[in-house]
Amino acid sequence: MDPSPHIVLEDVVFARNGRTIFDGVSLSIPRGRISAIMGPSGTGKTTLLKMIGGQLKPSSGRVLVDGEEVPKLGRKALYRLRETMGMLFQSGALFTDLSVFENVAFPLRVHTRLPDDMIRDIVLMKLEAVGLRGARDLMPAELSGGMTRRVALARSIALDPALIMYDEPFAGQDPIAMGVLVKLIRDLNRTMGLTSVLVSHDVPESFSICHHAFIIADGRVIGEGTPDELRQHGSEQVQQFLQGQPDGPVPFHYPAPDRVTDWGDVQ
Amino acid sequence: MTTRTTEILVGLFMVAGCAALLFLALQVSGLAPGARTDTYTVYARFNDAGGLSARGRVSMAGVTVGHIREVVLDPETFQAKATLEIDASVKNIPSDSSAIIRTSGLLGEQYIDISVGIEEDPMKDGDVFYSTQSALNLERVISNFASGR
Amino acid sequence: MTDALARLGRYGLTLLSTWGRAGLFLSGALWGAPGQNGGFRLLVKQLYAIGVLSLAIVVVSGLFIGMVLGLQGYTILSDYGSEEAIGQMIALTLVRELGPVVTALLFAGRAGSALTAEIGLMKATEQLASLEMMGVDPLRRVAAPRLWAGFIAMPVLAMIFSAVGIWGGMLVGVDWLGVYAGSFWSSMQSSVAFLDDVVNGLIKSLVFGVVCSWIAVFQGYDCVPTSAGISAATTRTVVYSSLAVLGLDFVLTAVMFGGF
Repeated sequence: MDPSPHIVLEDVVFARNGRTIFDGVSLSIPRGRISAIMGPSGTGKTTLLKMIGGQLKPSSGRVLVDGEEVPKLGRKALYRLRETMGMLFQSGALFTDLSVFENVAFPLRVHTRLPDDMIRDIVLMKLEAVGLRGARDLMPAELSGGMTRRVALARSIALDPALIMYDEPFAGQDPIAMGVLVKLIRDLNRTMGLTSVLVSHDVPESFSICHHAFIIADGRVIGEGTPDELRQHGSEQVQQFLQGQPDGPVPFHYPAPDRVTDWGDVQ
Repeated sequence: MTTRTTEILVGLFMVAGCAALLFLALQVSGLAPGARTDTYTVYARFNDAGGLSARGRVSMAGVTVGHIREVVLDPETFQAKATLEIDASVKNIPSDSSAIIRTSGLLGEQYIDISVGIEEDPMKDGDVFYSTQSALNLERVISNFASGR
Repeated sequence: MTDALARLGRYGLTLLSTWGRAGLFLSGALWGAPGQNGGFRLLVKQLYAIGVLSLAIVVVSGLFIGMVLGLQGYTILSDYGSEEAIGQMIALTLVRELGPVVTALLFAGRAGSALTAEIGLMKATEQLASLEMMGVDPLRRVAAPRLWAGFIAMPVLAMIFSAVGIWGGMLVGVDWLGVYAGSFWSSMQSSVAFLDDVVNGLIKSLVFGVVCSWIAVFQGYDCVPTSAGISAATTRTVVYSSLAVLGLDFVLTAVMFGGF
């Protein structure tokens, strides 16, 4: 397997509306493995994915995918690069006016000139891979949350991408749906050799499938390594996140004025 | 809703739009294809054209026989010179007919009424009316009446 | 004092940047037209949603406005004994003014708000972002067909509005109130010119079509992707479109019929 990393972020700084979200993030994501990017809510994990996809540009620093510097690509080259990426959005983002079948067929219809019966075969294969071949005629509104995500997953692998990014795939799923997704992500990585980037704050599920994980907090990477290495990590902040302790280096209280100024000196 | 039904409905929609445009062109603005070739032009000079304007109608005995193309000032005689286009089917207007400016109703538009003469020779393309009668000017009538003349 | 100045400046900057975004948006969407695979089919789909579905409200409003014009015109004109001028009055009013303007206002309320809400919702549910990630330009895929459909549908709707309105006026004037049909039509034909009135009305409605669909699609595209943001954007679409239509109508009327 090609040893060069698939995605490299170098000293990325990102600020929006005067708030610094990333303050010098550097990480490299290996090819053909499952990497998890974890961290508390609101640390800009989704923003990170959007920068890899070129939807957002960093304020400074470099974002390289396959050796190409994403923020500097022209419109055409960027769209061509995106054809090799799949992304699973948190909400699934299925097109509400198209059936399940047409949703999965959509990227094929737009990007290829394949004949209809070939598109049909590919779509059914992808739907089979997520176990929803029987749901092809349903509309997105008729699907449950877990099914929506599976259809969206089938759609994002329709073009056989080299890289797939999952934005919070486990958020708000029941345990069975979560188990299905975990199995799917693992199978896809194994059978297709997909580089998988997983953004999540669900520690046990992510650790059960990822080869490598990064923990982000306060705009920087505070820990990285295999799940086992991270469990042994010395940083208090990492341990607080992994074990879900309510108070620690990340305080329970949002910064607030002194109690006395709010309530007065009550005995 | 199949794609085909949608396409047919959109097709009908576009046809309805074209039909509406055709209706506005032919029935409402009276645009008749090829009408221009079927007319001949005569002129009439008036001392006072009043509210006569282009596109006004020209009638004989109350029937529309043509329309006014333009009304301009003749810089030599300081008269208003109206260019009239008469339908080619009306080809025997006596050459001593006169053109009279009339008003339809009290506030209606002004039009030219051709008062038929007795001469045998018809008017031809480019001819000028021998006699005309200018617009009835209400203010002048009232002031004449008031001063007792 | 300086606070007020700063606020004014900030407001001006926001306005300018919105205008800039709207301009970039329009050029980005129109530059490629709806090409791509199946672009024509997308256009047809939007023409159906924008044009065909707005037909009912346009026809009904046109009919009633024409009938009201007939009734009002008759009562006034019959005082002066020139009720045959009713045809001229109805036709000129509809073709020059009410046809394009009322159609545009109805369009903003019926199709414009729906466009904004639809695109806003697509943004909120990440459908636009997922299009982008699939290597499909949402400007071309989502915005362009809707814009073109608006440009085409508005003049068609306005023509239908005027035609139906004139027919409604005739219904009241001729069939009900007894104005002589021949003079009804001849007074109309002698005063309505194809180029000066019908074509100018058509140009007006084309301009309104561009402005209304631009505002609607841009507001949807630029909205804050939350339910409050979408509802605010929908309101803005209707308000801005109506104001733009009425303001532009004055300018266009002055240029076309004002003799400048």
